[in-house]
Amino acid sequence: MTNSPLLALFKRDLLIAFRNRGELLNPLMFFLMVASLFPLAVTPDPKFLGLIAAGIIWVGALLATLLSLDLMFKSDYEDGSLEQMLLQPQPALLFVMVKTALHWMVAGVPLTIVAPLLGVMLALPEGGFAPLILSLLLGTPTLSLLGSIGAGLTVGLKKGGMLMPLLILPLYIPVLIFAASSVQAGIDGNSYTGHLAFLGAYLALMLVLAPLASSAALKISIAR
Amino acid sequence: MTHSQANNQPQAAAALLSGQGLWCERDDRVLFSQLDFAWDSGQIVRISGPNGAGKSSLIRILLGLSASYEGELFFNGQPMAKGRYEFRDQLLYLGHQVGIKASLTPEENLRWLCPDAAKEAIYSALEQVGLRGFEDVLSQGLSAGQQRRVALARLYLQNKAIWILDEPFTAIDKDGVAQLEARIIEHAQNGGLVILTTHHQLAVDVLELELGKKVEPRGDFDD
Amino acid sequence: MWSALKRLYHQLGSPKWFYELTSRWSPWFLWIGSALMLVGIVWGLAFAPADYLQGNSFRIIYIHVPAALLSQSAYVMMAVAGLVGLVWKMKISFVVGKTIAPIGAGLAVMALLTGAIWGKPTWGTWWVWDARLTSMLILLFLYMGVIAIYNAIENEEMANKAAAVLALVGSINIPIIKYSVEWWNTLHQPATITLTKKPTMAPEMFIPLVLTIIGFYCWFAVWVFARTRNEILWRERRTKWVQRILSTGANH
Repeated sequence: MTNSPLLALFKRDLLIAFRNRGELLNPLMFFLMVASLFPLAVTPDPKFLGLIAAGIIWVGALLATLLSLDLMFKSDYEDGSLEQMLLQPQPALLFVMVKTALHWMVAGVPLTIVAPLLGVMLALPEGGFAPLILSLLLGTPTLSLLGSIGAGLTVGLKKGGMLMPLLILPLYIPVLIFAASSVQAGIDGNSYTGHLAFLGAYLALMLVLAPLASSAALKISIAR
Repeated sequence: MTHSQANNQPQAAAALLSGQGLWCERDDRVLFSQLDFAWDSGQIVRISGPNGAGKSSLIRILLGLSASYEGELFFNGQPMAKGRYEFRDQLLYLGHQVGIKASLTPEENLRWLCPDAAKEAIYSALEQVGLRGFEDVLSQGLSAGQQRRVALARLYLQNKAIWILDEPFTAIDKDGVAQLEARIIEHAQNGGLVILTTHHQLAVDVLELELGKKVEPRGDFDD
Repeated sequence: MWSALKRLYHQLGSPKWFYELTSRWSPWFLWIGSALMLVGIVWGLAFAPADYLQGNSFRIIYIHVPAALLSQSAYVMMAVAGLVGLVWKMKISFVVGKTIAPIGAGLAVMALLTGAIWGKPTWGTWWVWDARLTSMLILLFLYMGVIAIYNAIENEEMANKAAAVLALVGSINIPIIKYSVEWWNTLHQPATITLTKKPTMAPEMFIPLVLTIIGFYCWFAVWVFARTRNEILWRERRTKWVQRILSTGANH
């Protein structure tokens, strides 16, 4: 009973995402396009592409996530539903967690699903596929969580979309480093469980801290 | 009728919603200072004043959305910091933006805004605000006034004691205004507290809180 | 009445107290810092022995290391100031945080430039993805984010709070970023010459370094005090005590 506004928000946002599913395709298309630029810009040589494939896919995933972050709270801020959320008796961070989980479902999960396709296009060696998918599964939720902080801080700004990468990208670096090198370890035939363990630990930490920070950020942004 | 402190002070402790010594500054300009009030169930409070007098600022302070003020707020006699959960549990707020999603139907919108409401209740509330037949139309197809009516349907759906309505009559037609006014009066008569900003003159006596007259402490303030 | 007193404390008491305290402290920090810098720099540049591997080019550490060190701790100070501002609602704390941001970013730039100048004779190139330099670059990015927030949000109170949240998130992430960059570096570049990683540094080299580090901290304090005091005077310009200071011209 007490949680029903949370559930209602989840259902509402899922429905909105479904109605606007065309919009969700945009970051995904962006992801595909960025990745296809590299063979054109550098070389189509599979040997070389195989070396940088993991890096390209992960950098592409970071950028595509950034692109979709702007949507996280923006429309709720503009139409007043964010105020309604923050005025519920339940703590704001629960609503932020629902929004973040939804963002991951509509941004991170599709990226994870499409990534193997890009792996094929970029001649990713066979050993890299499993760690690529696993690192995306463990890494993209962290991207959504850290991103929710940036989205919360910039939600009231007209040019927030320009500012967000500046705030968030440096925070994405640990995820990028460990995720991309897990793929490299897989390609080299080495164990990558340590890398994934780091990604998991970082995710756990951010699961605790990020909603706190982003609900604080939202309250600041809304206190005009 | 302007609030005078002498009337409010004794009952402040027991009042449903009260404030003491509220002070708010915006862009180096003091909007109000030493503002005291005590409002109880059954009252309709109209916050009035010219543009920029701090009506919206006061409303955001009441809601707890703004932290840039000094002074104390009380709910049911206890400090707001303690009573926040109960206050919000009893609160229905309609602002300038009413939280209606364009890509959802009125019914779907109300299902999130009033999670406890049954489908039949939502339908009858929509009928009350004159949106019968629009239940399944996407809200982007509705006019601005109709979208606001969707939000106003909450007034028939939710059982909340405190209504805070910021310019509720905006974009509502004549019939709608009369009906909304009747609903507000009915709520107060049923023991609710209604706090609103509007330039519309209501048909009943309301408690007036006028902002923007002067910011210097007056004689009756004990300073 | 009580709330009026509390308001008085928040608005006036604290900045005035800070102003008067730093009035007394600033000269001390300035003179001690300058003396330490003078001794440290002269000692380091003229008297310390040349490095057996890098020759005289190592002497840039007397600027590079203090700048890098201070830039990192300045970020943490900024975050702590932000935390104090958010939790205890102390306005003065936000002023300190806002003051630190550009100074810290400047120090990071200084560390990167001196690192590049140092790198040229050592590695034969201006830039190498050395773990420390890379961490420094990311620290500069973090500073840039905080400064960008200050610039983007017009409402000062909002900007202060938003920047404080970002600085806090950044400071929690700094150790993680540092750890991952170091780990990444060992993965890709084993056994290159790292700039400052000297297990045993001769005392003649080390003591002047300590002196310049402390000197940098003192100068930093003076600068933060001065800018904070300016900001206080501006914010409190309508109060009696500021008017009194301004009219007598006694601003020390």
